[in-house]
Amino acid sequence: MQEFVKATSQAGASSHLATAGQRESQTRVINRAKELLADGTVARVLGWKAGDLPYNPEPAYFEKEEDFADFVYNGFCGANLSKYMIEASKLEGKTLVCLKPCDTYSFQELMKEHRVDRDKAYIIGVGCKGKLDIEKIKAMGIKGIQSISGAELEDEAETLTIQTIYGEKTCAYKDAMLERCHVCKGKDHMIFDEIIGESKETKDADRFTEVEKIEAMSPEEKFAFFQKELSKCIRCNACRNVCPACSCRKCVFDSNKFDSAQKANVDSFEEKMFHIIRAFHVAGRCTDCGECSRVCPQGIPLHLFNRKFIKDIDELYGEYQAGADLEPRTPLTDYRFEDAEPGIVAERG
Amino acid sequence: MYKIAKENLTALFQKIASEQELYLPVKTAGQTNFGVWTEDAQVDLDTLKTVKSPKDAFFPQSETLYTCIRDGKKLKIEPEALKDQNFVVFGMRGCDVKGVEVLDRVFLVDPLDTFYAARRDHGTIVALACHEPEETCFCKVFGVDAADPSAADVATWIIDGTLYWKALTEKGEALTETVKDLLEEDNSADEIVEKEKASVRDIVEKLPYMHLSLEGWNGDVLMEKFEDPLWDELYKPCLACGTCTFVCPTCQCYDIKDYDAGRNGVQRYRCWDSCMYSDFTMMAHGNNRKSQKERFRQRFMHKLVYYPANNEGMYSCVGCGRCVEKCPASLNIVKVIKAFQKQGGEQ
Amino acid sequence: MSIEKNEEFRPKIVAFCCNWCSYAGADLAGSSRMSYSADVKIIRVPCSCRVNPMFILRAFERGADGVIMCGCHPGDCHYTSGNFYARRRMTLLFSMLDYIGVESGRTRVEWVSAAEGAKFSQTMHEFVDKITSLGKNVRLEDLRCRNL
Repeated sequence: MQEFVKATSQAGASSHLATAGQRESQTRVINRAKELLADGTVARVLGWKAGDLPYNPEPAYFEKEEDFADFVYNGFCGANLSKYMIEASKLEGKTLVCLKPCDTYSFQELMKEHRVDRDKAYIIGVGCKGKLDIEKIKAMGIKGIQSISGAELEDEAETLTIQTIYGEKTCAYKDAMLERCHVCKGKDHMIFDEIIGESKETKDADRFTEVEKIEAMSPEEKFAFFQKELSKCIRCNACRNVCPACSCRKCVFDSNKFDSAQKANVDSFEEKMFHIIRAFHVAGRCTDCGECSRVCPQGIPLHLFNRKFIKDIDELYGEYQAGADLEPRTPLTDYRFEDAEPGIVAERG
Repeated sequence: MYKIAKENLTALFQKIASEQELYLPVKTAGQTNFGVWTEDAQVDLDTLKTVKSPKDAFFPQSETLYTCIRDGKKLKIEPEALKDQNFVVFGMRGCDVKGVEVLDRVFLVDPLDTFYAARRDHGTIVALACHEPEETCFCKVFGVDAADPSAADVATWIIDGTLYWKALTEKGEALTETVKDLLEEDNSADEIVEKEKASVRDIVEKLPYMHLSLEGWNGDVLMEKFEDPLWDELYKPCLACGTCTFVCPTCQCYDIKDYDAGRNGVQRYRCWDSCMYSDFTMMAHGNNRKSQKERFRQRFMHKLVYYPANNEGMYSCVGCGRCVEKCPASLNIVKVIKAFQKQGGEQ
Repeated sequence: MSIEKNEEFRPKIVAFCCNWCSYAGADLAGSSRMSYSADVKIIRVPCSCRVNPMFILRAFERGADGVIMCGCHPGDCHYTSGNFYARRRMTLLFSMLDYIGVESGRTRVEWVSAAEGAKFSQTMHEFVDKITSLGKNVRLEDLRCRNL
């Protein structure tokens, strides 16, 4: 059912073809969505609406035929729409939702937790060739951006061509990709009603490399590293609010009976408390979708917390990928008599 | 006007820091934010916008107001000391300086916020003109000149490896006096700076957001805008995080909370609040704004309607564009303004 | 006569003990006149599974130098399986604390039954020695709570 386009090095494919490719893929999604809206299968479509800059599409609902003029799906559509399905599941009728391969893990995990209603969703699995990180592009010194080409879904171009008021700039698509796409879980959709569009493998790194680097540090170095990173935290809660696993109706950090206010950046302890506990609360349920790191305004590598838990779970309780199945037992709601003792932490050194 | 070569800036910072605290854009773990200057701080004057605005220097994200300590059978109340040392904030942009003006109109009117007032009294603002404004900037819309931060105590420009320095107020003159040894007087500087201003203004004209129209936004449209059905659509992508409010140079809402520090007493502190949060202005009876739509609307209504209504039409957005860059859902004030504009056009 | 003030470092240790085994074990240690350090402050919990990771962090925040959790031996939980879940949770949490630079010696889990007064006493002695050698916890404390 799914076609994979091999990562080929056809650098410099003509932009004419690229535009056609983009239109074709996007048009197929749009046409199908319009069909399903018209025949009453779905009441609304959840996708991305083109922004007013070349790189800021926003998650949006489309209910009328004319709304689709703004529908867009390209390399900047990184947002995981599974989280929005929690609210959409409460609405009347079905919602057509566009999910990328990694988003489907989150959706399935939410199903397992009864936070989304499968019967209220019509899932179109959209293809993915890696999503782009505008922060990375800007970090290369590219500013005053007017237009970006090469970010389209089915574009074979390996480079992005960026028109800025300070001249034309280019950068490799790969270098502008989100961290999570370099350690992609694969381009298979875990759950879908139909798939539109092709994907391209983007994995070129191991997701635990960074974690291992930190594990090898001395306690002083580890502490210095995290202290530096977490001192940037502004307690905006974007990581929590974007996280599909953080789906509690009321977060413990929002409780007014709780000692530490969720918004108070008062002492370095509070940031550590928040991030450790948040990662712990999603341990065994985190699909490693990477949204927390994507949205952090201060660029804190929050995935390092989640991946530490994933790595430990894999090593101690067997390989586990949250969201890959609908098996109700997760590592932290399960046990074996012969499980490792907590002393193993000290023994491993 | 004075000048100093860019490579001598470290000496300038050393000189300022030897007498008073110096805040300036510092890069830590890959991100640039305002921080205290130290010998090994990585000063970054090239990044146009710090992640967080420099409002922390005058209105910190969290500050203790007073502490209650048990003293035998009595309760001792120890107010926190007000800022009594001079300090300098270097490298604020024109929009950030305007942001301070917005805060002044909130905190320096009756009842006076003594904590803020003390910081304002002791702080000297050295602004840095923008050299390469970006596509997310829309300061011109709010009357800010990116090329000439004239509301600061000292205005500076970095042109071809030289920093030009112009004192604008008494405070600025006083600071200039203390660093005079390092500065060099230059009579031809005006011409160079004027040329730079013209070129920056040219760039500003080309930026997509700079011509945004604020037509229809003023203090008199309260009910009309408040009840507009467009809000029902606009808020939907909002994740209810506080990014926009915490990076904003003008958001001024705060919450007051107590922290029980055991034998160190109970500290009453205030911390920035965000209208996007579910417990914003929570009271004993519950919450005024029960839905995310209402909370979302609050932010934009405040900036574009409520604030102008109380401040002779002055908006409380300065067009720095930080929210445009940082919103996880790519929502922002520009999209809101444009959405209303589009709707107006269709009617 | 004057009272000499003891200036040497005395660690603050929080021990979470389950009601059914470990707390009874501590009781037995006491009634058998076996000693354990007064630096250990016991908090009784209904089951080791009741220990929320936040409890551990809060203890460190408020000045604890080490935290130990004691429960029934695996298989002996009064509630059948509570300590099995607790075991997984604490393993992961302690590993995370180690990962952010809190020495792994500062956290410990020990299974102590109601009949093991001697084990309780010995465990606490060992743990106090370990924490004394590690010194004061400065990495997870809240500066607002620091002793002035």
